[in-house]
Amino acid sequence: MAKIRLEFRKVTKRFPAQQRNGEPITAVQDVSFTISDGEVVSIIGPSGCGKSTLLNMGSGLDPVSEGQVFVDGELVTRPNEHVAFMLQKDLLLPWRTIRENVELGLEIQGRPAQERHRIAENLLAKCRLQDFVHHYPHQLSGGMRQRAALARTLAVDPAVLLMDEPFSALDAQTKMVLQQDLGRTLAEAGKTALFITHDLAEAIALSDRVLVMSQRPGRIIEEIKVDIGNRDNPMERRKSPKVGPYVSALMELLHIDQAAA
Amino acid sequence: MDALLPQTSTQRMMIGSFVLLILFLVAWEWLPGLFGIPAFIIPPASKVWDEFLHMLANDRLLFHTMITAMQVLVGFLLGVLLGMIVGFVLGMSPTAEFMLSPYILALQIAPKVAFAPLFVIWFGYTVYPKILVAVLIVFFPVMINVLGAVRAIDPDIVRLAKSFTASRLQVFWKIEFPAAMPPFFAGLRIAATLAVIGVVVGELVGGNTGLGYLLTFGEGAGNTAMVFVAIIMLTLIGIALYGAIVLIENRILHYLPARARKTA
Repeated sequence: MAKIRLEFRKVTKRFPAQQRNGEPITAVQDVSFTISDGEVVSIIGPSGCGKSTLLNMGSGLDPVSEGQVFVDGELVTRPNEHVAFMLQKDLLLPWRTIRENVELGLEIQGRPAQERHRIAENLLAKCRLQDFVHHYPHQLSGGMRQRAALARTLAVDPAVLLMDEPFSALDAQTKMVLQQDLGRTLAEAGKTALFITHDLAEAIALSDRVLVMSQRPGRIIEEIKVDIGNRDNPMERRKSPKVGPYVSALMELLHIDQAAA
Repeated sequence: MDALLPQTSTQRMMIGSFVLLILFLVAWEWLPGLFGIPAFIIPPASKVWDEFLHMLANDRLLFHTMITAMQVLVGFLLGVLLGMIVGFVLGMSPTAEFMLSPYILALQIAPKVAFAPLFVIWFGYTVYPKILVAVLIVFFPVMINVLGAVRAIDPDIVRLAKSFTASRLQVFWKIEFPAAMPPFFAGLRIAATLAVIGVVVGELVGGNTGLGYLLTFGEGAGNTAMVFVAIIMLTLIGIALYGAIVLIENRILHYLPARARKTA
């Protein structure tokens, strides 16, 4: 049994009521799961089911209402160096060059300049951005910017990567290229990741397991082990005939056909 | 071939600009006379130039110009510093902004130059009332722009920094401060022109130094050319300050796309 990197133990999150005398809103309820070292797990679910809330609690930015979150066996109470997150927006700082952007986390953690440059340049080469090290974000395309954001996330060498629909703002082809980059990079580095998406094919192409959440209050209603192989090569995986049945199963669970009827 | 085109078009525009200047000076020199406008209403360019040379030699024009320039610069720097600090503090503390906003609004609406007589009563015929008017008038555009910039920062960027375990101070220096720079410089450009206004009004109200004093002196003596010279010198001070800001801005905001910067 591989080491457990991320664990949610009976986690519930409630937000205060919007109006006076209103009921507090329960975003997620009683969520428990674990992610082992090197695993990539996706969470899918209807919009508003609290997927992003899970991620915020995992990164320590939002406190849990009940239950506990552990990263590498340590209870998460505030942001810590074991976790790094990546969002749909690239959040690159316009006044920093691409390399300086990648170094942001390392800089905050007080790492020496030479080490920062080495790590950043290394990662940018892996993300095929070696020719754009000294460019500014506005000079890059959306896909390239998101690759730079991935490099920034990996730069702090987190135990767990939390990703919230990182590719949903990209066009379909760029998205597939980036999924390929991510699949390969995660496999090469042996990284553990929690990946939030609403794209069923993306979830299947990238992950070892898919957790399906219900409508609010979000609960995990199903766990599907993706048994296709080629997790380091999402492009190849997409071509597998086994993908179809997985997508149908997920559609069934999410009642997508009923919503369309 | 194509690379040469912009350069020649720039040259052409500069030549056009120069021709326009010559035309303007010619019109100034002879048009008023043609229309029978007397020299005490609009003195011709040559007369203003003679007056300029005369004032340099006899009226300590350089001394008065330096006094005004010094007051503009000091008032500008103090006002900018104050506006920046208050802008950041209010931007980061919604509570402080809520409590102070009625007073700030009132002070912002009040015409700042109307405070000049009050400051003269308080500080006499010294440099302080002039500097103080400049500080007051410069403060607002800078503060408002910095405040707005801090408010406009995407909270997700701050969360990103925090997820990297950034301290409050690190969030300020690495995110908030640099993010506020473009609006801050926009505020500085407005403030530069306002600083000159503030000082001149201070000088008009009281004192015996500065270009504002020469303005009232020229007016009292019926010396229209002297008034013209003083106005031109004031404009030159404003241009110098504005130009310095544009230079600094181009160095600091070099990362902005060229089209976002190209205003001057």
